[in-house]
Amino acid sequence: MKSRYSIFSLLRNALSYHEGWPEAWRSPEPKPSYDVVIVGGGGHGLATAYYLAKEHGITNVAVIERGWLGGGNTGRNTTIVRSNYLWDESAHLYEHSLKLWEGLTRELNYNVMFSQRGVMNLAHSQHDLRELGRRIAANRLNGVDSEFLTPRQVKQFCPIIDLREGGRYPVLGASLQRRGGTARHDAIAWGYARAADALGVDIIQECPVEGFRIEKGRVRAVETAKGTIEAGKVALAVAGHSSVLAELAGFRLPIVCHPLQALVSEPVKPVIDCVVMSNAVHAYISQSDKGDLVIGAGVDRYIGYSQGGGLPVTEETLAAICELFPLFRRMRMMRCWGGTVDTCPDASPIVSKTPVEGMYINGGWGTGGFKSTPGSGWVYAHTIAHDEPHPLNAAFKLDRFTTGYLIDEHGAAAVAH
Amino acid sequence: MLLIPCPYCGPREETEFSYGGEAHIERPKQPEALSDEAWADYLFMTSNTKGVFLERWVHSHGCRRWFNAARDTLTNEVLAVYEMGDTPPKLEKRTYV
Ligand SMILES: Cc1cc2nc3c(=O)[nH]c(=O)nc-3n(C[C@H](O)[C@H](O)[C@H](O)COP(=O)(O)OP(=O)(O)OC[C@H]3O[C@@H](n4cnc5c(N)ncnc54)[C@H](O)[C@@H]3O)c2cc1C
Ligand SMILES: [Zn+2]
Repeated sequence: MKSRYSIFSLLRNALSYHEGWPEAWRSPEPKPSYDVVIVGGGGHGLATAYYLAKEHGITNVAVIERGWLGGGNTGRNTTIVRSNYLWDESAHLYEHSLKLWEGLTRELNYNVMFSQRGVMNLAHSQHDLRELGRRIAANRLNGVDSEFLTPRQVKQFCPIIDLREGGRYPVLGASLQRRGGTARHDAIAWGYARAADALGVDIIQECPVEGFRIEKGRVRAVETAKGTIEAGKVALAVAGHSSVLAELAGFRLPIVCHPLQALVSEPVKPVIDCVVMSNAVHAYISQSDKGDLVIGAGVDRYIGYSQGGGLPVTEETLAAICELFPLFRRMRMMRCWGGTVDTCPDASPIVSKTPVEGMYINGGWGTGGFKSTPGSGWVYAHTIAHDEPHPLNAAFKLDRFTTGYLIDEHGAAAVAH
Repeated sequence: MLLIPCPYCGPREETEFSYGGEAHIERPKQPEALSDEAWADYLFMTSNTKGVFLERWVHSHGCRRWFNAARDTLTNEVLAVYEMGDTPPKLEKRTYV
């Protein structure tokens, strides 16, 4: 068992100039075979490994990552965490995740910097207002905290917002989830990796999965850059590469991958202490602990795997931000980047068995799966361990596209696609 | 930003175009005979290729005509454009894992 992180270990290591910290997880060579092979070392894959070991006692597990941990969307997102989704199925799933976030730093003995600073969603039109009203009511019925703010209350909650009349995007009200907020993107990958490793999970980086051995409809092994690894079960958690790996396994998905961009400004003193999102104008903003403004854009329209997008998209987002927060007009942007988001037609994820026996899929979280990382790993681990979904993810099956039981969350998903 | 060669107007900036998604998806000839699986496949399942992808664009702020394009979705190179209804040009297959 690894030494625990604490104020004492911090002090002790300070005495040796922080040169004596042990590695947070091992980097073993892959064994010839595992009970479960998880493909993809983002937050979802690593959380799945952790809950498989912790909740289900399955520890002969490998997480196989093509690059480095969290190098996919986990390390590229704007870290907004909330659970104010419209439909019962989604509300329960995302709320379960939010509850796990609330105890995660302690549970993992790793500071995931979860900050419940409140997430505000703006309404700019009568339509937005009704839509928000409906969602707030639905949230409350599902036990998800959600409240309506009048423009005056919006201004009180976020004083730097410009509500003078005549603005391009008038604010008619907002919804507020006080328990929502942000967290540290890398920390969730590293924290789950460290905790899973301590329970015996092998984490293998720089090892792309290039194919599967499937016999009589059942998966037997994964072919990787480090050779063939036999697997009792194979669990995909590759986000933007879901369709690519599904094709290698011989089935198709309803997923479309778009570039999604984000950017950060130069660091400044604390100026905004909540998260503000506007679905209508595709702008969302918060301030990181370093002081930079973290700003998310909308998707680029076309299918793209380049992990980058076009300037017109970020330009549009910044124009909206400058309308809502004129004081940011002279801020300089430092960096922008993109991820490849795996969107489903109903803006809801797939956490499900697949047509291949022993193979599972967790994908389609699209533009909003960071918030769900703990909950997704938790229900996925259950699905893999029992070969049956948990009631919380039973509706998020692949066959909902055949039965027609879609879970349309385009309103709550916040980024149009 | 993509530079898209409209077959009718020549290369123009991406912002002049709208995207039409995957090309060559044919509406079922006998919808009433279709199984639920076949409907799901037609309506929802996509190739979502990482590599050379055949897709549709419309030059909304130009000639307003639709056309097909073959684009590498990783590098964003537009490898060919061709008219609606034409068969896709022969291109070297590019796939990435
Ligand atoms: C710009 C941006 C902003 C976002 N903002 C938010 C937000 O504010 N709130 C929110 O909730 N969500 C947000 N999201 C979405 C969120 O980031 C994702 O839904 C979530 O992080 C997905 O986690 P994951 O672990 O499934 O995927 P990833 O972190 O992408 O992990 C998948 C891993 O699989 C690996 N992989 C792929 N192919 C292979 C292979 N063949 N073999 C082995 N490994 C492979 C990849 O390298 C990658 O590390 C945003 C996304 C982006 C891009
Ligand atoms: Zn044209």
